[in-house]
Amino acid sequence: MSGRVMAETLLKVDGLQAWYGESHILHGVGFEIGRGELVTLLGRNGAGKTTTLRSVMGIVERRTGSVKFAGRETIREPSNVIARQGIAYCPEERGIFSSLNVEENMLLPPQVKAGGMSLGEIYELFPNLKERRRSQGTKLSGGEQQMLAIGRILRTGATMLLLDEPTEGLAPVIVQRIGEVIRTLKSRGFTILLVEQNFRFAATVADRHYVMEDGRVVDTMAAADVQANVGKLQAYLGV
Amino acid sequence: MNRTLVAVVLAVLALVAPWFFYPVFLMKALCFALFACAFNLLLGYAGLMSFGHAMFFGMAAYFFGHMVKVWGWPIELGLVAAVLGAALLGLVTGALAIRRQGIYFAMITLAFAQMIYFLCVQMPFTGGEDGLQGIPRKPLFFGLIDTENDYVLYYVVLVIFLFGFGAIYRFIHSPFGQVLKAIRDNEQRAVSLGYEADRYKLLAFVLSAAVAGLAGATKAMVVHFATLTDVAASTSGEVVLMALIGGLGTITGPVVGGFVLVAMQDYLAFVGQLVLVIQGAIFVVIVLGARRGLVGEFSAWWKARRRPG
Amino acid sequence: MGSCNIFELSTQLLFSQLLLGLINGAFYAMLSLGLAVIFGMLNVINFTHGAQYMMGAFAAWLMLTELNIPFWGALILAPILVGLFGILIERLMLKRIYHLDHLYGFLLTFGLAQIIEGLFQWRWGSSGAPYQSPIAGGYNLGFMYLPAYRGFVVIAALVICLATWFAIERTRLGAYLRAATENPTLVRAFGINVPRLITLTYGLGVGLAALAGVLAAPIQQVSALMGTNLVLVVFAVVVIGGMGSIMGSIVTGFGLGLVEGFTKVCYPPGSNTVIFVVMALVLLVKPAGLFGQTK
Repeated sequence: MSGRVMAETLLKVDGLQAWYGESHILHGVGFEIGRGELVTLLGRNGAGKTTTLRSVMGIVERRTGSVKFAGRETIREPSNVIARQGIAYCPEERGIFSSLNVEENMLLPPQVKAGGMSLGEIYELFPNLKERRRSQGTKLSGGEQQMLAIGRILRTGATMLLLDEPTEGLAPVIVQRIGEVIRTLKSRGFTILLVEQNFRFAATVADRHYVMEDGRVVDTMAAADVQANVGKLQAYLGV
Repeated sequence: MNRTLVAVVLAVLALVAPWFFYPVFLMKALCFALFACAFNLLLGYAGLMSFGHAMFFGMAAYFFGHMVKVWGWPIELGLVAAVLGAALLGLVTGALAIRRQGIYFAMITLAFAQMIYFLCVQMPFTGGEDGLQGIPRKPLFFGLIDTENDYVLYYVVLVIFLFGFGAIYRFIHSPFGQVLKAIRDNEQRAVSLGYEADRYKLLAFVLSAAVAGLAGATKAMVVHFATLTDVAASTSGEVVLMALIGGLGTITGPVVGGFVLVAMQDYLAFVGQLVLVIQGAIFVVIVLGARRGLVGEFSAWWKARRRPG
Repeated sequence: MGSCNIFELSTQLLFSQLLLGLINGAFYAMLSLGLAVIFGMLNVINFTHGAQYMMGAFAAWLMLTELNIPFWGALILAPILVGLFGILIERLMLKRIYHLDHLYGFLLTFGLAQIIEGLFQWRWGSSGAPYQSPIAGGYNLGFMYLPAYRGFVVIAALVICLATWFAIERTRLGAYLRAATENPTLVRAFGINVPRLITLTYGLGVGLAALAGVLAAPIQQVSALMGTNLVLVVFAVVVIGGMGSIMGSIVTGFGLGLVEGFTKVCYPPGSNTVIFVVMALVLLVKPAGLFGQTK
């Protein structure tokens, strides 16, 4: 989308470093996301994409640098405070609670701001979840659990969603459905940071891409430029 | 630190100690130190914290007392039989307790010890609330060693201590001990390599019970009695405290801890009930701030000193 | 003891012992419930539970003798006071050791229990003080005589246990608790103040223990050691039940109380140890506990 003016910056990451114990995972990550944009972090396994997401969310204890959400510095804050600024997280492992049923899972994340989707609206987006709402959370199929993981954060009023590999391990039909859902969410005004290894899927939803390698952002491209750079992307991702 | 130098110094200290401290105090300390070593074998090397070790200590004391006083057996046989009895008890309770790990294991051993305690309250052979009094000290080795003499008995107890300590030391440094360490560090890996983790843990448990039994029987010999306190939960808690004070998972830690605790109980006897409060406070302080114990902290300090500044 | 044929036994003896067993079971259930809830959230086995139960009973006794606050007032005030004390313990001490091996939590709470009991023992001795029953009299039911207060205790315990179950399984806060037990990091990332939830849970578990203590005061003598003796048995109850489910803890507690009562009728010397024997059997057959799940 060349010629498009970038909207106001919602998330600005600068010089982000992160450690798990002694392991130094992120070596100075920097990128920006505008309000309403869908941006992906691409990269192979171990590049630091999930750690970046977790650092933005405040889950990684030891982190330095700058992460500004809506102009407010969050690098020192615990994850529950960051969530209340309006960021919601959908983890790679989905994190569906087995001791809760589907509806309890759906209702668990509290409302952090006004303006979230209603339960009815979410069930419209995911009708099969409405059918299974009394089932134990973990009795759902992989695809249904992924939808639940996405669905439950839509109620919170969060304006920015962090999605970690939502299509991993899912059948092509479900992947397509999730792509539709993500495009719908974008059209409703959500700002989305998406982590993906599957760049072809990412290309169907994103405005811009960042490529990560060894804990750093090494490249960036707009959606329009992906076709021209398939070879380069393949090399980055090791496919 | 030069290992041989340390060993020589300790040996000399051990030999002359009864001329500086009351032999009975030293003997009690040695017994509890051995008890703590037995506990620590299980914790430090098998990763299992038993909160019921008093059952081995106390039952062996009762067994020994009964055989020597009531059945008239010689001391040597009494000791062996008490140790075997403790080992057998260890086998039975261990086989069941090992089925769970960590916290559950601790609770199970605690529960079994409590069961033994209740049984001891009821069984006539323990003498109930009064305990088994008047356990005689008979001469050893066909009358050659007069154990009535506290000074002589001290050396006998020292030998027993060294024997027990040596058994633990040999075990730790044997192939069994190495496997146990591997299991403690990464059980899944050890199992995938073909080792039956439970068998090794049980072996450690039984050995620990046996040495604890040796300590208990020797204690009964030294102080002439075995009572319900010896099988009580408080004694189980005390051996944990000894290991904590000295340093969990160190070889010499429990010995230090044993001496410190017995000394503390003797010298603080005048505060009566408050000793329990003080012991509890030490527990809390160590867990919160000094988890390496006296030996552990000293080692760390010593190593830090030698590092070039 | 001859045969233990139910039909041959005196019904008076049988039912009065079963009632006693039910009462013991009520306390086993309440205490193992508190332990299970605390363990689920904090991964700490709260050895101090027995001391906190004792503190509840003492609070009731002190309130009556020093401040003239009757039983019904103590029933509300004591758990709050002791619960606040529990919150203090969690904030000052337990919080610091969550990152360590769970055994350290056991050791810390053991040390705390010793301090508390030692202090109470030093100040008030080990012999017990009586506490007057707030409900006098009883009912002659024909097959047995039911002391009114004891009947009240069983019903109160059932209500408390079921209310706790309901709070955890059917309310929003309970959902937060269950989710935080499973995955505290994610729950926190949703915006819930998990550390505060943990503190609250410990406070509630402790309050539950103190509440049991108040209920126990008219039945047992209020003494410094009343808690430890009980909590050691409760550990066995907990191992038998397996801390996997709330309902499981409740059923196991009451059930074992009945088993104990029944043993008292048929084979009195075994009543002290029967629960431990059951524990041994359960370990042989189902080590995870009757209602437990191997994690």
